[in-house]
Amino acid sequence: MCKPDQYHSLYKHHFLSPELRDLLRNARSAVIQVSDRLRRFSLDPIMARLVLSLITLLILQSVWVTIAFESKHVEEFSEELLLKPLPDRKVLAHFHFENRAPPSNSHGRHHHLFPKAISQLVQKFRVKEMELSFTQGRWNHEHWGGFDPLSSMNAKPVGVELWAEFDVPQSQVDTSWKNLTHALSGLFCASINFLESSTSYAAPTWGFGVNSDKLRYGSLPREAVCTENLTPWLKLLPCRDRDGISALMNRPSVYRGFYHSQRLHLSTVESGEEGLGSGIMLEQTLTVVLQPDSISGEANIQPSWSLSSLFGRNIVGRCVLAKSSNVYLQLEGLPSHELKNVDPETEADKFWKNAEFELSLKPDRILREINSFLYMFDIDKSSDREPFDLGLTWKLPSKWSCQQAPLHSTRFLMGSGNERGAIAILLKATESQEKLSGEDLTNGRCTIKANIFQIFPWYVKVYYHTLQIFVDQQQKPGSEVLKKINVSPSTDKVSSGMMEMMLELPCEVKSAAISIEYDKGFLHIDEYPPDANQGFDIPSALISFPNHHASLDFKEELSKSPLLSKFKEKSLVRSYTEVLLVPLTTPDFSMPYNVITITCTVFALYFGSLLNVLRRRIGEEERYLKSQAGKRTGKLKQLLSRLKAKIRGRPIEEAPSSSTESQTEVQSSVFSSKLLFKIILVAGAAAAWQYFSTDK
Amino acid sequence: MTKDGGEMAEEQKKKPCRFWIWALASVVFRLILISFPGNLNLSSRPEVSTPLTSIRRLAEGYWLKQASMSPYAGSMYHGSPLLLSVLGPLTVQRIKGHSFLLCSLVFVIADVLSAMLLRGIGQKLQMAYGLNARLLGVLKSSRDKGILPCGDIAALVYLWNPFTIVSCVGLSTSPIENLAVILSLYGAVTRRVPLAAFGLVMATQLSLYPATLTIPIIFILGYGLDAPPLKLFLQIRSVEKEDTSTSAVSKQAKLKPNTRLPFLWKTVVHFVFWVLLWSLYLLVLCGLSLSKYGGLEEMFTRTYGFILSIEDLSPNIGVFWYFFAEVFDFFRNFFLIVFHVNILFLLLPLAIRLKHRPCFLAFIYLAICSILKSYPSVGDAALYLSLWSLFVNELTDMKFSYFLFCGYLGISLLSPVMHNLWIWRGTGNANFYFGNAIGYACFQIVFVVESVSAMLNHDRSLRKSNSNHREVEN
Repeated sequence: MCKPDQYHSLYKHHFLSPELRDLLRNARSAVIQVSDRLRRFSLDPIMARLVLSLITLLILQSVWVTIAFESKHVEEFSEELLLKPLPDRKVLAHFHFENRAPPSNSHGRHHHLFPKAISQLVQKFRVKEMELSFTQGRWNHEHWGGFDPLSSMNAKPVGVELWAEFDVPQSQVDTSWKNLTHALSGLFCASINFLESSTSYAAPTWGFGVNSDKLRYGSLPREAVCTENLTPWLKLLPCRDRDGISALMNRPSVYRGFYHSQRLHLSTVESGEEGLGSGIMLEQTLTVVLQPDSISGEANIQPSWSLSSLFGRNIVGRCVLAKSSNVYLQLEGLPSHELKNVDPETEADKFWKNAEFELSLKPDRILREINSFLYMFDIDKSSDREPFDLGLTWKLPSKWSCQQAPLHSTRFLMGSGNERGAIAILLKATESQEKLSGEDLTNGRCTIKANIFQIFPWYVKVYYHTLQIFVDQQQKPGSEVLKKINVSPSTDKVSSGMMEMMLELPCEVKSAAISIEYDKGFLHIDEYPPDANQGFDIPSALISFPNHHASLDFKEELSKSPLLSKFKEKSLVRSYTEVLLVPLTTPDFSMPYNVITITCTVFALYFGSLLNVLRRRIGEEERYLKSQAGKRTGKLKQLLSRLKAKIRGRPIEEAPSSSTESQTEVQSSVFSSKLLFKIILVAGAAAAWQYFSTDK
Repeated sequence: MTKDGGEMAEEQKKKPCRFWIWALASVVFRLILISFPGNLNLSSRPEVSTPLTSIRRLAEGYWLKQASMSPYAGSMYHGSPLLLSVLGPLTVQRIKGHSFLLCSLVFVIADVLSAMLLRGIGQKLQMAYGLNARLLGVLKSSRDKGILPCGDIAALVYLWNPFTIVSCVGLSTSPIENLAVILSLYGAVTRRVPLAAFGLVMATQLSLYPATLTIPIIFILGYGLDAPPLKLFLQIRSVEKEDTSTSAVSKQAKLKPNTRLPFLWKTVVHFVFWVLLWSLYLLVLCGLSLSKYGGLEEMFTRTYGFILSIEDLSPNIGVFWYFFAEVFDFFRNFFLIVFHVNILFLLLPLAIRLKHRPCFLAFIYLAICSILKSYPSVGDAALYLSLWSLFVNELTDMKFSYFLFCGYLGISLLSPVMHNLWIWRGTGNANFYFGNAIGYACFQIVFVVESVSAMLNHDRSLRKSNSNHREVEN
């Protein structure tokens, strides 16, 4: 925890610009000078004090005016926390921090609140918009909701996901992307730099939801997310996790959850003014789903919880640098049903203290939405003595369900063996479909549009011509259901494949499935990760519904809350599928030398024996053998034969008795083939021995 | 004598009849196999379909082309764009649930055509063999029973070879490649220069390796068909001069009494002209079909570049895939060069030594290519084995034939087992399958070496019998 004097210095260093500080210093010296002069004139001390206070007041006022003037272009930071009990006895906590840097002509060299690292990133790589998320666990679309802004923005695929849009010429986008991945990798202690290689990222055109040709998307499903990634993320906050809402982030309790996703969204805001650069908006969110320790005996009563029981910590005071720091509690479903008719003016207490549940603190404001109630708490009043510890106690069993996306998506692998297989994406109708379906009527036909965006690593060699679409378990031709498809096939070891398709399904659809076959690739021995037999991950597919948008519709006028205004905006309904694990065949990693030597032996055998056959001269060999034999039998015979040869002349020399020659010929060729056989035998024995020795 | 002749004619009548029955039976057998492709699943066997010849990849290329993308986008298709435009439309049509039925019919037709052309080559070679044997005095009568009908044998070997059947039913495009190769040889043997040039250019376009056949085809066109070495004829001529008899004079010896064989430059120039013409024509066709996409440059990098740089490391019956999956990246280029040069190195020595037997030279070249190919399949083996059977007369005393037969049989039985153990069951590792591939390479090497040595021995024995004959006469 920080001490008060630390706050002071923090305040001093961060909040006041150098110009202001100079101004204050000048004002102070002016006051001292004036008081000196007054003393010299030996005026009445009371009078003098009066004049002095007047001057001080004047100066202070001028300072105040300067501050007020500057505040238009000052950086703003706000911290918010949304708590939401989930139907499956869990609690969702969504931390939202927003940091805005106004457009300035100083090119963001100087910042008071805004993290310098991020602004440098934006300046250097000309990032227009970027989102980076670290996720562990999978969002449960059935129980935790799939049709609200919270889930469509914060339900992220496992591991690291990064997308960025750049403001550079088309030819430089890839370079910027590569540099950005390296910078982020260093900034967040993660292996984001693996996204640098062209085999791991893709350039979606329309399937991702953002239509831009300068967009790059990549994800690392294998990346493990832990405190080492959270700490640098917290460092970007002005109060870090020392104070304010972020003080709740107790590492053990955060990582004990079922799901946690830390997200960093960054977008540049064009100022529109000449000469001024663009402002940056940095949005940092952390979404955790926690299981409160159930104290109540009854099984069907939702567990009661408080902040201290969930996180093991309390909120003690706000982050003084934050413009606003609020805590919201969202109650969905059943409670709102009964409270709909309650008059907020007269029976305000009933909203937070009724027969069904009770809040430990009185909300500062209650906001009503169509399906839910939002209780707003200001944590300004909390202090060391009186910490802000919001609690929810359930008295009666209650049941409700979250709104779901029109189609629930799952993805799975088919086939066995390490040679080939098929990927299938199954879209199943959910309960909420009927409610939603009436809205999008096109050509007099009620349809649901679904975009599927999928990246395939190159070692999953997809045969796009095998794409099959089944609607309600009946195969449909592509032209009927498939409205748009964009494919960029993968190139071995060069680029990953990408598939974007838009399905147009009838509203009454019960299930739709697409399947696509693939061959598994065979990698070079160096391309396998250390644990090669675990398999390779295929990144999540993104299913989005372009005709469906999620937003919270508040009845009351909203205060200036970044979180709530974010929720009020219409956001595309999207969901990520599971990560698939594809086992690939492995070569024998211990074999390179053996393979090289054995293969080269075979080649030597080929070359040597064939050349031997070609250059062989049987006649000369026979002559040599005969001369050897002659040496043994005696010199006389040899001399005789030589004499005979001389008499007969050269051509006739080659005609000795046929029987002996054929015999020797047969002998020699048998000898050569025997040799050949022996070589093969030895090679075979060596190979066999190698197998046995390596298997052991 | 007349009675003998009558019997012979009867037999000759019977033999083609039997040949046609067998040929028809092979076609029927193929059609039966095609009718249930799902159970066999041969098209996914690594022995049958390589990245170059797989029909699924061709279908993918055609799909990409239909989706107005380059067929070479991604690394799926690596074949010729012409094959794509011929076979591609057939892959889309489904008849009674059989997706590639029309393609299989095309492959059956290609196989039958190849067999017929082989038969034509064999008949020519048989005639040449008979003529030469008579000239050398080995055979006395023109209707000697000692000459085997090598054309029929080769055609039947081609049609009934399990390798051919498997690659035809397994929907690999190698029947068409084989057809192109055999067409070029047929054109050369029958001295139809444009046909020979067309076959050669087509085969080279489909898979790079038949380019080596240029040398044997030039030899066939320049020197004529396979014959024993010229020396023998000269010897006989000298003997005959001594005897002053003019009954049987060799044609070649009559034309030129010097020790060099006449080389028909005109035909060869004609051939080269036609090769240039056809390759220009094919390039223009390919260029037109790829003009919307990457053009010819992309085609060359994606077909020949893919063959030469061995990018795909999926298992096949060759040895390169495992070698390049294991070898250190630093040495990759070195070994690529060494292995490709291995083919080129032996072209010249073989050409010098087997100059007088160009058809046999073509067979040896094809066999060597099928050993050292980047992506070999059993379809290549089918081609060279049937070409080998064209020389049954010459290679009668080849050694290790039983050993080699058993080897080929064993490999073709073990290969699916090893593949299954490694890929599907996961109980074996890659070495099992690689050991099999090494064994196959060794058997092929022994086969080639023994064939060459048997052919050289045959020439030697001819020379010997010739001199014996003379000695007896003396």
